[in-house]
Parts: sequence; structure tokens; C-alpha cells
Amino acid sequence: MKLLLKNTRVLNPVQNLNEKNLDILIENGIIAEVGKNLQQDSSDVKVIDLTGKIITPGFIDIHVHLREPGREDEETVETGCNAAANGGFTAVACMPNTEPAIDSAEVVEFIKKQSANHLVDVYPVAAASLGRKGEVLSPMAELKDSGAVAFSDDGVAIKSASLLKRALEYSLMFDLPIIEHCEDDSLAGGVMNESFNSTLLGLPAIPNVAEDLIVMRDILLAEYTGGKVHIAHISSANAVNMVREAKKKGIRITAEVTPHHFTLTDDAVKTYDTNTKMNPPLRTRKDVDAIIEGLKDGTIDCIASDHAPHSIEEKEMEFEYAPNGIIGLETSIGLAFTELLHKKILSLEELVLKYAINPRKVLNINIPLIQKGFKAELTILDPDLVWTVDKTKFLSKSRNTPFDKRLLTGKAIGVINNCKMFFDGKFTSI
Amino acid sequence: MPLSSRHLLGLQGVPKEDIQLILDTAITFREVLERPIKRVPTLQGKTIVNLFYESSTRTRISFELAEKRLSADAINFAVSTSSVNKGESLKDTVRNIEAMKVDMVVIRHAAAGTPLMLTKLCDANIINAGDGIHEHPTQALLDMYSIREKIGRLEGLKVCIVGDIAHSRVALSNIFGLKTMGAKVSVCGPSTMIPKYIQDLGVDVIYNIDEAIQENDVLNVLRIQLERKAREYFPSIREYIKYFGITSERLEKNKKDILILHPGPINRGVELSSDVADGPYQIILQQVTNGVAVRMAVLYLLGTLN
Repeated sequence: MKLLLKNTRVLNPVQNLNEKNLDILIENGIIAEVGKNLQQDSSDVKVIDLTGKIITPGFIDIHVHLREPGREDEETVETGCNAAANGGFTAVACMPNTEPAIDSAEVVEFIKKQSANHLVDVYPVAAASLGRKGEVLSPMAELKDSGAVAFSDDGVAIKSASLLKRALEYSLMFDLPIIEHCEDDSLAGGVMNESFNSTLLGLPAIPNVAEDLIVMRDILLAEYTGGKVHIAHISSANAVNMVREAKKKGIRITAEVTPHHFTLTDDAVKTYDTNTKMNPPLRTRKDVDAIIEGLKDGTIDCIASDHAPHSIEEKEMEFEYAPNGIIGLETSIGLAFTELLHKKILSLEELVLKYAINPRKVLNINIPLIQKGFKAELTILDPDLVWTVDKTKFLSKSRNTPFDKRLLTGKAIGVINNCKMFFDGKFTSI
Repeated sequence: MPLSSRHLLGLQGVPKEDIQLILDTAITFREVLERPIKRVPTLQGKTIVNLFYESSTRTRISFELAEKRLSADAINFAVSTSSVNKGESLKDTVRNIEAMKVDMVVIRHAAAGTPLMLTKLCDANIINAGDGIHEHPTQALLDMYSIREKIGRLEGLKVCIVGDIAHSRVALSNIFGLKTMGAKVSVCGPSTMIPKYIQDLGVDVIYNIDEAIQENDVLNVLRIQLERKAREYFPSIREYIKYFGITSERLEKNKKDILILHPGPINRGVELSSDVADGPYQIILQQVTNGVAVRMAVLYLLGTLN
């Protein structure tokens, strides 16, 4: 089976590749040729004209919750992967707050098995401590050997400085990062950002400093141990500034931001819509501005969705009682193009860095090359497509999004990976 | 002129004319409460559910009395006797209640925003009887009614709310209502109990109770919720009493003429000394009586809107 993608712009910053009107011929899932005016030599070639579209290395979302094992009513590995493909991703890293937690080789292998035949590659992030309880280190070496790409106590910061220090020291042996949800436990417990809005709404609030304290702690311990810390879903202005300064000092620290944290402020909470409740919470305009600065100057390395499926019953609750989190795989790229590319905050190349290149560097995963002889792992983008988010069309099992009915400009219209293509809403073998 | 909204969810954004209308209407009902037969047929045939997800004695009784005195059919739905304990969601509970053809729902809930949520779940008029640490509009209305009854006006008055401002729905509703009516509002309490962004609401913050007494016409003293988390916010009750407790010595030292309100129940000897709680400056029991009249006014105005 051959696939010929015609008249497309091909963009891969790691190859210094940015060329228009290229054709890509894919044979049995491998790139057979990249060039101009490639001819189709036989009738079994499927040709897709991609004039005005862009092909990049496959995008990866390194912060998703697939809910399997444990909450298969909300998402499974398969439905999460389907959502990823529909959102424009060829790979995801899934977080360990499953039931049981991803804290043993068996659970890692189970997740790998569940995703084995899918277009989307799944990279499990394992728990840093057993059961994510913050008491005893998880079997990190064994987890790494079974396929884990990072460690995190996900949903909470690693409980004590001493355990984090040990986890960072231990992880030095295999150079995998510790991904941290930065929140000081004793200052947590609120349901929205502490601001004028929380005073007006009478909702218990989480101050920025809950995040900042742990970011500072983690930077200092990364410096002390030489280990790698990746800050998940950074959301406060101070945290962005601290990461910037740490990077200048050569400390091994990276950071990601979610689309909702660069798109929305806590003004959105005024409706008491539980789809505006997440952790970290939506912050203020000042924080969003700092995040945008951090995206521009490279302080923030990656964009990741923190895709967190929840059942309708759980979200249709009193705001204070509803669980944290929103789904994001199928709106991430549209929001980034709308809010960052079209508002001239980031260039297309920078977006590719934040969606395809930097996240793989964080996790030590090979970056797909768009070059003869390499596996075809591609995302196809239409940067100017105007579309309306319709949550009823999502492939995710859950519907908890604050972005339903939102008009966006820019979308991933297809992905290719593992001899499979998702295009026009369908999976096909290629 | 009718009210501009068919619900009373809070006093934030409620126009002056609406507050004025409620307070003026309450005067009529206050008069009804002095009659030998304290009942009018105004809401005859209307069904009102008091949906109390949080224990409350005085607010619930006050609403229930107000409903009965307007001849409405009042039904109480309290958390301990309901299917909530069986794990039913708020949505299902409300839909069930609505299916019984209810006209109005009075809701008290520990979670902020729940009254707003109810407006999206059913067609009844919704009245907030206290949601979390958000708003308690009828309490603020009865406070304003009581101040106006005693002093004759709200415009230009200096009112200080004293106590745990950060965990008080009464404080926020009072701030919104009083500011709309032209009063000058300040808050006084331990700094750990003052919300960080309260000044953005246009209120002054005072940490010295003597200063608060000297500079204000009215003190609205809140209950320190000793049973809740409040105790983590100051070192000891002894220290609270020493620096924020209102005693007659303190009142006499600073000023003679001041009006003291308290939404009850009082911790005698904590926020108010017993002699102040029973003394000449306070109007605590008038507040309770006025509460029925004000709630009658709210129920009447909302219940006859359509």
C-alpha cells in the first residue's frame, strides 16, 4: 500500500526543513521519498492533495489521563488514543493516577498492551512513589525497563523534600525526568484561584504561592541533585519567572503549559460552570501574560493538555464538590493556533517545537524525521481552517470541556503513524 | 414597578430600586406581624419548598413563618430526612421537586453557587437562603431594614462589619447591599479573617476595634464560628475577646451612640459581652422580627411577578 501526499508544506525544525510544494511518498508506513512533483507509478497509490496544508513531525501530548485501569467509564486507552488522533497527536504520555496507580511493571505493560495496535503511541509516566503516596520510592529502574518514560506523583507534588531528593538522585542512573504537579499541600484545598473573583464568588481559594513554593523547592533540589525536573501545567507568573531564572543558571528544568491556562482567566469561573474547575486553577490576566511571555522566550518548553476525563454525573455537581479537570486532546491544537499563532505570539516553527520536538526531548524519545527511510509519524495541519468545537463529535468518552461551541482557527486534519492514517474522521491502514 | 429579576441569588448587582422596593414592601408586612391575625392571603395556592442542605434553625423557621403568613403551602426538605443521604444528586433532587409542581424554592447549601445552579435546573423562583461563604441576601436585607428602621436612612451611614469576614456570606451580602444603598462600609477583624482582595470592593479595612467603634454609626457583628475552622485563624479565644470582643466598657470608652447588629446565634462573651448583647445599643431581636417581614416581602414580590 502506498500513500502520496501532494503539494504540502513540510516543516521540521530539527532538520532545518521548511519547504513548500513538497510531495511525500509513504510505503508500508515508511517514508519512501520526499521531493517535488513525485509521480504516481501505479494504480495502488492513494493520493491526497494537501495544498495549503502543513506536514510536521507527529505531535505529542505529554500530559493526558487515560483513566485505564480503573475508570474505564470515563476513558480507556483506546478511546483516549482515538481522541488523540482526532486532535492531531501521534503520541501521548499518560499519567499514573489510575486505579491502581502506574507503580509496577505489570501496569506499564498492561497499558502498552492496550495501545499496542493503535496509531497513537502511548508512553506511560510511572508513579514516583508506591501508590503515589509519597512514602516509598516506586521500582523506578524496573518501571523504566518496562517502558515508563518519566516519574510523577501526578495530582500532587512529591510529598516531602527528602523523597523528591532521593527520587531525583535515583533517576540520575537512567536520566529520566521527575514530572511535578507543583502545589504545597498545606496551602491547597481551595477550588479556584485566589483573587478578587474568589472573594466575589465566595469560593475557597488556592493562592499562587502554593504553586510557587513547590516550584522553588523543586528548582533547588534539581540544582542540588543534578536531576531533571519537568514542571507540569505551570500557571502562575512567579513560577514562570523562577523557571526562567533557573534555566539561565543551567539547572535542568523544563515546563509545560495547558491551552486553558494560556486561553482563560478565572473570570470564566463566574458562571460556576464546573468545566472551569481544574487544578492548578485558572489564574488572572497577569499570570496569563507571564505565561505568554514564557512561551515566547522559551521558558515554557511544551504545550500539554492535562486531558482529564470525568463522567457527566461527576461534573454536574455543586462547583465545590465537582472533581478537577477538563478534557483537552481534541481542542489543544485549535486553541494554540487561535490564541498563539494567529495572535502572532508564536510562529509555526515555535509551535512545532512545543508540540513535537521539545516534549520528546523532555522524555528522551526519538524525534520523527521527515526523511527517506524513516517511519512516517506525521501530523497534518490546516492552520487557517475555521471550525466550531462540538463536544458531541469528540472521540473521547467524556465531554467535560469549557470550550464547546467556541470558534477556532487552525486544526490538525490528520495524523499518520504505525502504518495507519486518521483522516476525514476515519482510521485506515496505509 | 416589579423586581428586575425573578430570583434572589445574592445582592451583587441588584439595583438600588429593587432593594428599595423590598425594604418598602417589608414595612407593610412588618405591620401585618403586629395584627392579632398575622396572615394575609397573598400567596394562597403557591407552593414553596425550603430546601435546606445545611442545618439552620432560625433562617428556616423565619422563611417558613414568612411563607405561612402569606398563606403559601410550605414544605420543608431538610438534609437529614431526605434522599440526599441515599446519594441522590442535587440535579435529581431538584428535578423531582419540580415534578411536584413547586412555584418557589428557598435553598440553603454549603456550596457557593448552588442557587445559580438551581436556576438552570428548574423553572421555579429561586431564593438563596445562604450558599457557602458566598451570599445570604435576605440576612443583609433584614439588616438594612433594621438599620433604616432605627436610624431612618442608609445613605451616608458608616457601617462596619466585625469578625470573620473571610468565611461569612453575611458580610459579602451586606457589603453589596449597603454600598448600593449609599452607605460607607468598612470591615474589622483579625487580618487572617479579612479576604485578601476585599478592598477592591470599595470597603476600608480596620484592625483596631476601638477605631471601628469611634468611626462608625453601625456595627454589624458576625458570629465567630468556634465550631468550624475559624479557630485556626487566631491564636486563642482569649486573644480574640481581648482585641475584637465588644464590651460595654469598650463602647463607653469610645462613644455613646452606636447601633449594634448581630445575625445570631451569639457567642456570648466572645464577639459580644453579655451586657452588650442585652444592652441598649443592640437590636438583635428586632432583626429577628424584621427578618420575617423582609422574607415575606421577598416571597411576595417574586411570587407575584408573573
